[in-house]
Amino acid sequence: MKRKKVNENVLKRFHYSTDQVIDKPFNWHQMLRLFGYMKPYRKNLLPLSIAMVIITTLVRLAIPILIGVYTLDKAIKQKDMGLLTILVISIGLLYTASYIANIFRIKWMNELGQSVIYDLRKHLFTHVQNLSHRFFDQRSAGSILVRIMNDINSLQELFTNGAINLLMDLVLLVGIIIILFTLSPSLTLAVLVILPIMFFISTSLRKNIRRAWQLVRLKQAKLNSHLNESIQGIRVTQSFTQEKENMAFFDGVNWETYESWRIASQKNAMFRPLVELTNALGTAVLIWFGASLIQDGTLTIGIFVSFAFYLGMFWEPISRLGQVYNQLLMGMASSERIFEFLDEKPLVAEKDDAIHLNELTGHIQFEEVVFSYDDKRTALKGINLEMKSGETVALVGHTGSGKTTIANLVSRFYDATSGTVKIDGIDIKDISLTSLRNQISVVLQDTFIFSGTIMENIRFGRPDATDEEVMSAAEAVGAHSFIENLPNGYLTEVEERGNILSVGERQLLSFARSLLADPRILILDEATASIDTETELKIQQALKTLLKGRTSIIIAHRLSTIRDSDKIFVLDHGQIIEKGNHHELMELQGEYYHLVKAQYQVFSAS
Amino acid sequence: MNTFKKLKPFYWPYVKYFFWSIGFLMLVTAITVVYPMILQVTIDDVVLGKKYSWVPYLASGFIVLMAIKGVATYINQYYGDLFGIKTVYRLRNSLYEKLQFLPFRYYDNAKTGDLMSRLTADVEGFRFFLSFGIAELIRLVVLIGISFAVMFYYSISLTLVTLATLPFLAIVVYKFEKAVHPAFRGIRKSFGKLNTKVQENISGINTVKSLSREEFEIGKFNDSNGDYKDKYLSTSSIWAKFFPLMEFIGNLSVVSLLSYGGYLVIHGQLQPGELVAFYSLVWYIIWPIVNLGFVINMFSQAKASGERLLEVLEEEKEISDGEYSLQSEKLRGEVEFNNVTLRYDEDSKDALYNISFKAHQGKVIGLIGSTGSGKTSLTQLLTRFYEPVNGEVFIDGRNVDEYSLHSLRSNIGFVLQESFLFSSTIKANISYGKPDASMEEIIDAAKRAQAHDFIMELPEGYETILGERGMGLSGGQKQRIAIARAICVDPSILILDDATSAVDMETEFKIQKALIEVMKGRTTFIIAHRISSLKHADEILVLENGRIVERGVHAQLVKNQGLYQRIFEIQYKDQSVIVPTQTG
Repeated sequence: MKRKKVNENVLKRFHYSTDQVIDKPFNWHQMLRLFGYMKPYRKNLLPLSIAMVIITTLVRLAIPILIGVYTLDKAIKQKDMGLLTILVISIGLLYTASYIANIFRIKWMNELGQSVIYDLRKHLFTHVQNLSHRFFDQRSAGSILVRIMNDINSLQELFTNGAINLLMDLVLLVGIIIILFTLSPSLTLAVLVILPIMFFISTSLRKNIRRAWQLVRLKQAKLNSHLNESIQGIRVTQSFTQEKENMAFFDGVNWETYESWRIASQKNAMFRPLVELTNALGTAVLIWFGASLIQDGTLTIGIFVSFAFYLGMFWEPISRLGQVYNQLLMGMASSERIFEFLDEKPLVAEKDDAIHLNELTGHIQFEEVVFSYDDKRTALKGINLEMKSGETVALVGHTGSGKTTIANLVSRFYDATSGTVKIDGIDIKDISLTSLRNQISVVLQDTFIFSGTIMENIRFGRPDATDEEVMSAAEAVGAHSFIENLPNGYLTEVEERGNILSVGERQLLSFARSLLADPRILILDEATASIDTETELKIQQALKTLLKGRTSIIIAHRLSTIRDSDKIFVLDHGQIIEKGNHHELMELQGEYYHLVKAQYQVFSAS
Repeated sequence: MNTFKKLKPFYWPYVKYFFWSIGFLMLVTAITVVYPMILQVTIDDVVLGKKYSWVPYLASGFIVLMAIKGVATYINQYYGDLFGIKTVYRLRNSLYEKLQFLPFRYYDNAKTGDLMSRLTADVEGFRFFLSFGIAELIRLVVLIGISFAVMFYYSISLTLVTLATLPFLAIVVYKFEKAVHPAFRGIRKSFGKLNTKVQENISGINTVKSLSREEFEIGKFNDSNGDYKDKYLSTSSIWAKFFPLMEFIGNLSVVSLLSYGGYLVIHGQLQPGELVAFYSLVWYIIWPIVNLGFVINMFSQAKASGERLLEVLEEEKEISDGEYSLQSEKLRGEVEFNNVTLRYDEDSKDALYNISFKAHQGKVIGLIGSTGSGKTSLTQLLTRFYEPVNGEVFIDGRNVDEYSLHSLRSNIGFVLQESFLFSSTIKANISYGKPDASMEEIIDAAKRAQAHDFIMELPEGYETILGERGMGLSGGQKQRIAIARAICVDPSILILDDATSAVDMETEFKIQKALIEVMKGRTTFIIAHRISSLKHADEILVLENGRIVERGVHAQLVKNQGLYQRIFEIQYKDQSVIVPTQTG
């Protein structure tokens, strides 16, 4: 295939992070931990599956002897129809036993494997769910998803088939060798020259091939990342007419994928011929040496035939052992990533004797609170503040001034580095997390809509709310009318990135959600996204309903909410620089005054 | 077959690999059947016939034959793979090219996930069939055919008795295939649901935690997780029901082979070696039949995949360069709309109706109106992202469809509502529209967009690589890079679609100050909800339901008793609070 020469710059226009091809050293401790998930089934599914596997394996081992040594050498040679009948019937019975055992083997092995996968995934999800904010801050949603879904799935094969097949193959392999030795030690030794070759192919060549395929997967991952991005950014690409340049980039990635694949497939194609050739070598030895043994009279035709059959069966377990080994290595890589998550400790931990507060009044105090996200930069530098029960407090300041951090400390998403946060006069660390968070509700800037109906989305605030309660909450925040105008009203299906709802409507939904939760303390991160004026009016009205009767902390952007609040804290670089109400602060003509003025100065410069 | 015919241009150029692959496959299959025959000759002629002198020839002949088979297998497999992956390379490039040029209208209804699965899973399904499926089908037929021939050659009656089970096997295979595929689809669907569940949970983890709904979410997850397990187990029970049965039927053949074959040997009508050969040959027929369902299913899946690929490939570009498209290097930026009507779908209502206005070079046009009133649609007609059903759009006195798309779009700078940045360096993101821009040009654009300072504070400066979807930057920072990107191409027409939506007050002020500088000398369209953003525009168009309901400058509109005045009053209410303080 001929390809056009392209500009080097274009080939470097996108960067995607990719993993390296590496084999982890085998970690026994980790493997034991992984197989520990089989423990709950050690008294039922596990031994039952193993029993079934052993039955089928024994039948497979017995058949060649019955055919070779008994049928050919005894019944047929001695022309004994009676014996032939008995043999045929017993072979038939063995097959039936194997048939029944097989049914249960497949059933129980799958049940075992899926139960382990189910447990593991549940364990991981539950654990992740309870981890603190900091954990989620450091990772993209995609990378967490991959561990819960793909990494666990890649263990599926290992637990369903791999582990038990390992046993079956070992039994089969040892069984064949023992039987062969009993039948004819000298012929066995001669035939077994192929064993080391097979092991070599199965381990060394396979390793080589595995690496080649890993490379293919990496290239494909890169290709997919770019595809995904190019589809999502297509409007930008077309606006800037970069279609041709992107095609050149894609061609480069596509070509790399093609080449890696070609090489992998070249290596892969060598595998089967080499295996078969090795097997053929064994058969040739069998024919040559076996024939001479028969000539000597030390070997019967039946044994010769049994040998041929066993030799045919030989490759399968060795090949599968190689496969299981591959699975184990991949399983090790996956389980390492899974255990990394499981070993994460929730940073915000509940005390054993935590106080369960049924009804907060919502009185909040910060005493000399210092906080740092990463030990390098200090987000809060000794904050002292008080918010009285039922007050509406606005936090104002530049991006990075510490507004959100204060809010995060109140709901105890993080713990203060030093100093104390008190609610109702009690150190927040002494209050049980559930009772605390059940009474605090945060309305975020980016309202997240879960896929499901509108009804379900509002009910998320309090899962046991009735339909009527949901609707009256929607009504109270002024969301009822737009919901009723949707095709299916409250039963309209919405999804995360669906376009059915505008930004403003999403905001109203999340207000309804919070109103339904009826928290004692409400934290509101006001949205800055563009909302048309009509909707904004609605939101302002809804806010009044929402704020009534609770302590509210608002990270404020809209002047209307700031103006109406009881207290305003102006923050700068983690410190409170001004506090008071709107009029007091305007009088002061300080930072607050400048911030407010700036909003209306826009364009007046021209 | 039509699907395969239409996709011919993609695989036909490499068909020689296919033919070579098939040729060697025949050889491989023929040699496979030789193995039991050699076993038979060894037993019947060498051992029983006492022709021990044949042994060396037999053994070495066997090795040679197997060596030939090895080489043939290699070529068969490698060339088969090449046929598939070369086709994939070509197919992917064409698909990608198609995607680059499909119009906005297409993407309005397309889902990224669906497109991705076409470009990955469907391409893979098609490849698998090309590389493996056709060859496997041929191999099965040939293997069954030759095995039958050899068996008939040895003993017709034994063949018939032994293979009397075949019709039953065929029925079981057929039933299995019918039952197992819907079950597999069930697994995939359930996995998809579980995936969506987890993905949503993680993306919305802040919402979950802020309402402390972890337990609730764990409960919902357990349901999905349990459903996946159940679906998997019900599939494996189908497997447990049929697969051992298929093997059992094959084993029954062996039993009848042993009883009738043993009888024949005892009565001297069959050689022992022939009996042994039969034992191998039987499985050469049974396993292919068990696999046949799999191969046929692969064929129908490849066909379905091919159809989904064709859907993308045959999608019309709709908007493309006219025959004599103008290659204008630099436009001046005189814009005129003449009775323009736009409709997104045949039967949907008008997105824009009868829009007429003129914008002279260097002037600023403000667009205001509620969500869905047509502000964005109007600007997208300039770049021909959509085409009007009625009326004309002129730039510099010529209809926009007279220009080549490239010369048109490279003169228009767009800052879109959602600032999408690519996984690349900041430098490459700014110069996205002009890959050969010099470092000075890039820095200049960044400075004008008020982005230079924060870029320089990043550890790698302009070489900082932004993560997928530009993670690591705040909304305001992303927006400023997007503005720099638009400025970098030095457009004659600049469109700012809600360019300051994701930033806080202070940043908005900064950006707007920057924009004043940027807009100089360019015809600019500003879409905004805040009157403060566009009150200095040379003309403001107020849109409602796709129509211009008011137009004029701020001073006129504010007294016009219309929508503009209403919006102004709502927003002014805020301002009045500080005005007295300012003056007093």
